[in-house]
Amino acid sequence: MYPARFTYFVPASVGEAVSLLAEHGDEAKVLAGGQSLIPLMKLRFAAPTALVDVNRIETLRGIEQKDGYLRIGALVRHKECERSDLLRGRYGVLGSAAPQISDPLVRNLGTVCGSVAHADPQGDWGSALLAANASVVAEGPSGTRVIALGELFVGPFTTSLEPAEVLTEVRVPDPGPRTGGAYLKLERKVGDFATAATAVQVELDDAGRVARAGIALTAVGATNIRAGRAEASLTGAEPGHEAFAEAARLAAEEAEPVADHRGDAEYKRNVIRVFVERGLAAAAESARAAA
Amino acid sequence: MSQTIAAAETAAGPTTRRIAVSVNGEDRAAEVETRLLLVHFLRQTLGLTGTHVGCDTTSCGACTVLLDGVPVKSCTVLAVQADGREVTTVEGLARPEGLHPIQTAFHEEHGLQCGYCTPGMMLTATALLAENADPSEEEIRWALSGQICRCTGYQNIVKAVRSAAAALREGR
Repeated sequence: MYPARFTYFVPASVGEAVSLLAEHGDEAKVLAGGQSLIPLMKLRFAAPTALVDVNRIETLRGIEQKDGYLRIGALVRHKECERSDLLRGRYGVLGSAAPQISDPLVRNLGTVCGSVAHADPQGDWGSALLAANASVVAEGPSGTRVIALGELFVGPFTTSLEPAEVLTEVRVPDPGPRTGGAYLKLERKVGDFATAATAVQVELDDAGRVARAGIALTAVGATNIRAGRAEASLTGAEPGHEAFAEAARLAAEEAEPVADHRGDAEYKRNVIRVFVERGLAAAAESARAAA
Repeated sequence: MSQTIAAAETAAGPTTRRIAVSVNGEDRAAEVETRLLLVHFLRQTLGLTGTHVGCDTTSCGACTVLLDGVPVKSCTVLAVQADGREVTTVEGLARPEGLHPIQTAFHEEHGLQCGYCTPGMMLTATALLAENADPSEEEIRWALSGQICRCTGYQNIVKAVRSAAAALREGR
């Protein structure tokens, strides 16, 4: 399979990339890891006439702890997240998701920001980052804006990014040290998309109660979705079986699974319930251990 | 090997580009279509047919090569992305004095039947051993989990990688 013809650009800066996107409009696509875009182009589901390869823009590299948040640049590959010590402990939901994405070879090239911009409802990063309350930074012709992840996902493979905007980084707010997270994924084999998956983050207060819980679901909605009612049910709760079982029940209600070759809707809903409960227990355990 | 490239343009500009890639230590330059996949650059432009096309959908890993030492699926990389970078294919494994230890190990441990996945398996194993001289069975299986072998059940592939690791540690 061959992609349709396109003109290839290799900008050296984000400003140059934005200018190219502005010039070519809807016909242009940003290429980072290419592990979703190139397959789509080979299948001719996507046929951009201009490809803007951002891989040589040095400022887009790196994972770093900044004032109050973790920054993941647009060229950070899944593999880098898998190996980063920064993505443990309080950012554990991200470190837990990273090695479960696709397969090792795809993880060597695919990027966090590319995955988010691709907005596949079966993508893993969207849920992990929703649970961690993350935002993205987009740079466009009229400047830079920060977009909460929940505002970014509009529908399947659709985001609120403007055609000339480049997603330059993900920002994950520092949840404090008494935080744990977990990503649980059911897949038929390595490299398959999730049948269903859940991301949870539990933040404890000084008294050991839940200060905030983040719960997001993969492959059971038009986008990665947040289980808002389940999250709210945990605020101020004593972490334990009773509260977690109730949150899991609510999250399963909030899931919108559809039947496909990976399973029927009720099966997936039950996977969500079981995984949310298990994930909450694991996340609370690591939050307690960190305290 | 020469190929005729159709002159074509999109509204955005030309659809060909000159690239220079170090392939198995040799500088190779060519004018290529921007849409040319790395695997086809290797196989068709350079005639290095040791890199196989399996699924063509980023699933099987038969087309795995090393890009700057990192294993990637060359059916999911554009040739233009490799401009200025180093590519290692199975043809680049053997040394002047003979087979690479990973090749010897696949031979001795019978780490293949049909051989279709073997170049990719050996390249990923080479990258693994470059950063982990003594991987456990689990680490080997994890590293190779993006590649499919339909013949061996993986047993002898894992054995071959362990055997190559031992040989490399002993400087053989």
